[in-house]
Amino acid sequence: MNKISLIIEREYMTRVKRKSFLLTTLLVPLVIASFYAIIIVVSVSGESNTQRVAILDEAGLFNGKIETEKNDRSTYIFIHNETEQSFVARYKNEGYGLFLYIPGFENNELPHIRLHSQAVVNLFVKSALEKKINAAIEKKRLAAAKISPEVYKNIKADIEIDNAVDSGKGERKGVGGAAVGAVAGILIYMILLIYGTMVMRGVMEEKTNRIAEVIVSSAKPFQLMLGKIIGIGAVGLTQFAIWIVIIGLAQFIIPLIFPGVFHQLSDPALTGAVVQKGSSGKVAEIVESIRLLPLALILFSFVFYFLGGYLLYAALFAAIGSVVSEDQQEAQQLVFPVMMPLILGFVIMTKAINDPDSGIAVFGSLFPLTSPIVMMGRIPYGVPWWQLTLSMFLLVLTFLFFTWVTAKIYRTGILLYGKKVTWKEIWKWLVRKG
Amino acid sequence: MQHILEVHQLKKYFASQKAVDDVSFTIEQGAIFGMLGPNGAGKTTLLRMITGIFFPDSGTIIFEGKKFDPLHDITRIGYMPEERGLYKKMKIGEQALYLARLKGLSKAEAMKKIKFWFQRLEMESWWNKKVQDLSKGMSQKLQFVTTVLHEPSLVILDEPFSGLDPVNANLIKDEIFRLAKNGCTIIFSTHRMEQVEEICDHIILINKGNKILDGSVKNVKQEFKENVFQVGFEKKPGDIPGNNIFEITGEKDQSVLLKIHEGFKPHDVLQYLLGLNHEIISFNEILPSLNDIFIKLVEGTPLARAFHTAPTSAN
Repeated sequence: MNKISLIIEREYMTRVKRKSFLLTTLLVPLVIASFYAIIIVVSVSGESNTQRVAILDEAGLFNGKIETEKNDRSTYIFIHNETEQSFVARYKNEGYGLFLYIPGFENNELPHIRLHSQAVVNLFVKSALEKKINAAIEKKRLAAAKISPEVYKNIKADIEIDNAVDSGKGERKGVGGAAVGAVAGILIYMILLIYGTMVMRGVMEEKTNRIAEVIVSSAKPFQLMLGKIIGIGAVGLTQFAIWIVIIGLAQFIIPLIFPGVFHQLSDPALTGAVVQKGSSGKVAEIVESIRLLPLALILFSFVFYFLGGYLLYAALFAAIGSVVSEDQQEAQQLVFPVMMPLILGFVIMTKAINDPDSGIAVFGSLFPLTSPIVMMGRIPYGVPWWQLTLSMFLLVLTFLFFTWVTAKIYRTGILLYGKKVTWKEIWKWLVRKG
Repeated sequence: MQHILEVHQLKKYFASQKAVDDVSFTIEQGAIFGMLGPNGAGKTTLLRMITGIFFPDSGTIIFEGKKFDPLHDITRIGYMPEERGLYKKMKIGEQALYLARLKGLSKAEAMKKIKFWFQRLEMESWWNKKVQDLSKGMSQKLQFVTTVLHEPSLVILDEPFSGLDPVNANLIKDEIFRLAKNGCTIIFSTHRMEQVEEICDHIILINKGNKILDGSVKNVKQEFKENVFQVGFEKKPGDIPGNNIFEITGEKDQSVLLKIHEGFKPHDVLQYLLGLNHEIISFNEILPSLNDIFIKLVEGTPLARAFHTAPTSAN
């Protein structure tokens, strides 16, 4: 036991002290943060970009008057005594960013309206203009049909379907569940992949450096394997802990430096534009539905499936690392059978988010090689207790079985040099006793 | 003297070959024991069983009078494998500390011993260097230190001098002698026969999984001697007439190599030569070198072919 803790300590300390650990630990949140920053900048600049829009309204649609919304910073100027051709050549020089041409048309036909610009027009700007024109045409047609706007407003239906999930334990809303499930599933998938291959590389390093032979004359191969798996798992947990702290700090610090950012983000008109619905309903709905999720259960399952899945896959990756020689290509070939269930799990998870109770989703969340990923996609929707228990039980069982099996492969493989190992030989190591 | 290690009828078969097939030998406490054999003879497999890395298929190992128990006894053994293994990116000091603690030393104890050995082999300034920055000889020294650091009663060295310059090789050689003098037993596996002659008390020769030779260096040489003598003359002798006592096998400057025929003694040779009235200034027996014995025994077996073309090269 003392030896395992020594090995764990070495595996953990050498990795945590490495510069690359510090770099990735700090860089990943930075990349994510800058990704968000770009989204914010793009969406904000799209709106705050004050430009002058020239409107040649031959149809008299707006009657020389346009209603601007609170956060619409464009200025609209109506021009007269021009034609489309004559003004197209000049609008830029006269200080207009855009030139909207509305030809005259009859009430029952659809006009061919053109928006002239120097570059492709921002989608939000375009849809805002379309909205204004649609409203103006509607108004005109209502007048022609002698229907008052109030009557029309009462007639017009603009519904949104409210998805209520009734799974016995109160109602849960679906959108937030899908988001949380997907994020958790993808996170587990990434953890298994990143730290699994880290274990494999570590084992390969020990094998190619021939350090394995020195160590196994001091400790059991199984201790070396388990120590490495636990040590690297601890590195992963440390990294996550640091990220959570950074994210937590960022939520305090960023508003202090850029006081406007979160305010702008939560500005209903802005987010509305992003959601393209013109209302903050969707965002509010997601936030609201996340609040209704069984967060404690999700967190518990996440930790459980993270540990179970990691231990399971790390054992497999360790076995592969012990079998390959220096040949990278050979490693890739052997990794393939291990990558398959991982990718399969990811695919099933994307399906499970949309249809959490389908046969394939239930199967994927029970099958131990895919369950850590798929079950995370299903849990927010509520999973029957028997399925959750069975899935966890199978995962633990498989993990124990695989550790036992891979330890046998590892023990032989790690001392075998310069020879390409076939699946047949690996099978022989497994069935051999002792 | 007590036997530190007894190996009885040890067998280890792999799928494709009999790596070790019924090998027995004993090693006395404090001996420097040479384990020789061509590449692929089964030496490494044998050593791995003694170090508890492999389990034998059958046979027993008695270590310090008791049945070998890998779990406890490996802390009493220091093993330096032929292929050196160190963590390339780890600092020298930390690495030595780690390996010593894996052998069961406490941190403080390990530190004390590392300091002692580093000072002894002039390695103090290396502490914060990484293995990848060391030369081959330097990492060899480090590997040796990590092997003997925990004061094992049995030290197993597989080709300890490969990659070392003569100065450092002598340094390690002196350490080996000193360890043996202090009661530590050493198993020394190598291809370099001149080192074996110089260092070892007792040797065994393994070929194709079998032990084909066992004895002290002196006895082995006696056993394989071919009655060859070297006679030195004061000035180059003329033709020595042919006779039935000996035949001349070589001539160099003022000396002659001769092989005594069956049934005659060195005494007969001297008498004959004195009769010819040549001034003899030296007369001594030429014992075969271990290298010759090795080649003679191993030659012709398919595994040894590669070895024969380059008998003194390591690996």
